[in-house]
Amino acid sequence: MPDPTDNIIECDDVTVRFGEQTVLDRLTLNVRRGERLVILGGSGAGKSTLLNLLAAETRATSGQVRIDGQDICGMSETQLDDYRKSIGVLFQSGALFQSMTIGDNVALPLREHTDLDEETIQIIIKMKLELVGLREHAHKLPSQISGGMKKRAGLARALALDPKIIFYDEPSAGLDPVSVTEVDQLMIGLNETLGVTTVVITHEMVSAFRVAHRLVLMDQGQFVADGPPDEMKNSSDPLVYQFVNGLAEGPLADRRDRDAYTADLLGAY
Amino acid sequence: MSVTTPVEKLGSAGLKTTGFIGAIGLLLRDVAALSPRMVTATRGRRLAWDNLWFQMYRVGVRSIGVVGLVTFCIGAILALQIGPILEDYGAAAQLPTIIGIAMFRELGPLIGAIVLTGFAGASIAAELGTMAVAEELKALRSHAISPIRFLVVPRVLATTIMTVCLATFSDAMGVVGGAFTSNLALGITPTQYLRQTFEAVGHFDLLTGLFKAGVFGAIIGALPCYLGMNVRGGASGVGAATTKTVVYSIVALVCVDLLFTFVFYMLEL
Ligand SMILES: Nc1ncnc2c1ncn2[C@@H]1O[C@H](COP(=O)(O)OP(=O)(O)OP(=O)(O)O)[C@@H](O)[C@H]1O
Ligand SMILES: [Mg+2]
Repeated sequence: MPDPTDNIIECDDVTVRFGEQTVLDRLTLNVRRGERLVILGGSGAGKSTLLNLLAAETRATSGQVRIDGQDICGMSETQLDDYRKSIGVLFQSGALFQSMTIGDNVALPLREHTDLDEETIQIIIKMKLELVGLREHAHKLPSQISGGMKKRAGLARALALDPKIIFYDEPSAGLDPVSVTEVDQLMIGLNETLGVTTVVITHEMVSAFRVAHRLVLMDQGQFVADGPPDEMKNSSDPLVYQFVNGLAEGPLADRRDRDAYTADLLGAY
Repeated sequence: MSVTTPVEKLGSAGLKTTGFIGAIGLLLRDVAALSPRMVTATRGRRLAWDNLWFQMYRVGVRSIGVVGLVTFCIGAILALQIGPILEDYGAAAQLPTIIGIAMFRELGPLIGAIVLTGFAGASIAAELGTMAVAEELKALRSHAISPIRFLVVPRVLATTIMTVCLATFSDAMGVVGGAFTSNLALGITPTQYLRQTFEAVGHFDLLTGLFKAGVFGAIIGALPCYLGMNVRGGASGVGAATTKTVVYSIVALVCVDLLFTFVFYMLEL
């Protein structure tokens, strides 16, 4: 279990706005080194935005994001690139480069950012692909493998530079239950063997409870609950209860403003 | 804010156009700033050169046949159209001069670039658009690889170099086409025709033409890259970007050509 005093990610009062819309609203979040954090939340809650922020793809409108004690909001583009090399991101679709083989996909960060010779790179590719169980598929193009394999290949690429944090955006979306379990086991395994801090966004409750040391529930750009799996499972908070059990009735549904609907129908706007 | 009056519409179209031209200009500036790294970078240089060769092959080699055919036909058509008129004035012997100047200064570079737009521009826009939709650009950035350096630089360099090469080729094919029909229609022998072309066309005609071709090449490379990378909204966005590429490129080519010709004319070059 992670050391409770050693935070690798610290978000202080972070706000992200796109035009008029406030997507992250004064968030505060600490993630401990080696922790597996799962982020839950409805569509549009701002989960991907939070992940983009942590992965230095989106900039904060205000507030501080410190990774390993360094404020990434104040970094120059060159410093950010150094930071990006130290993290891994698994995109929802896998985001493999379609024009390259699986092996070349994994090799790309190594060829771009290290002075390793080609022989060494080939060995590293094999090791990374073996980690995700795809060693025999190195020569295939992304279009020739299944969705679950694409995710694992994307994960192998994210691992290429030995990241200290991996961010997963909906790793189980669109996968069959067996592949979901495989990906979950991979996430847990990598965390336990390599000690990488793991931040996961997911909609799969089973998977969330299996993977998480800690869960947070996001709603409208804010955290509404935060706790270990058993606490969340037995939470009496109506929002958490509704979300965890996937109920149609509850505070989340009530928010769809009925008055506004009536007014809209009657042309009051 | 909704746009209502014609004046406002005109103003907003003007703003959009200048914004677009500015964005292409900025992209070309970035390409110019990043290109020296093709030579100076210690890492990833081989990959960059492999990329450039591949793009040059893809842009240039495959379009040679079509460019040659089109410019041959244009030379042939010009000879048939202008020949009889010149004969009426008793100036049939001037035909090679007129066609030579027209091909080297104007038509060779312009026609070559227009054919390349249909050939390479559209496919570059579709390719980068698909990559944008599939989160591949985001994935590149997350690996601290600049999409401009990795994707745009090789494409723009390739279209620039290949447009210049193809312009030389289309100049020659235009002259051959002219010689072909003037032999049939006006009885000028090919040797006579060629000798006169070489006498009439100076270094300067060739060089201004090739210079223009270089600028055209940069435009037909940068424009699809810009439109492709900014695709939003899936497959329909990709389709729209391809169409826009062809239309905008042709308009841009003709406008820039006019600008150059005007400047050369004023400078009496
Ligand atoms: N680049 C952007 N520009 C403008 N608005 C954006 C941008 N990115 C996200 N948004 C808006 O921010 C809100 C939250 O988006 P986000 O992708 O973070 O949601 P999410 O929690 O990941 O949802 P989902 O579960 O559906 O993936 C949405 O309303 C979206 O329209
Ligand atoms: Mg999302």
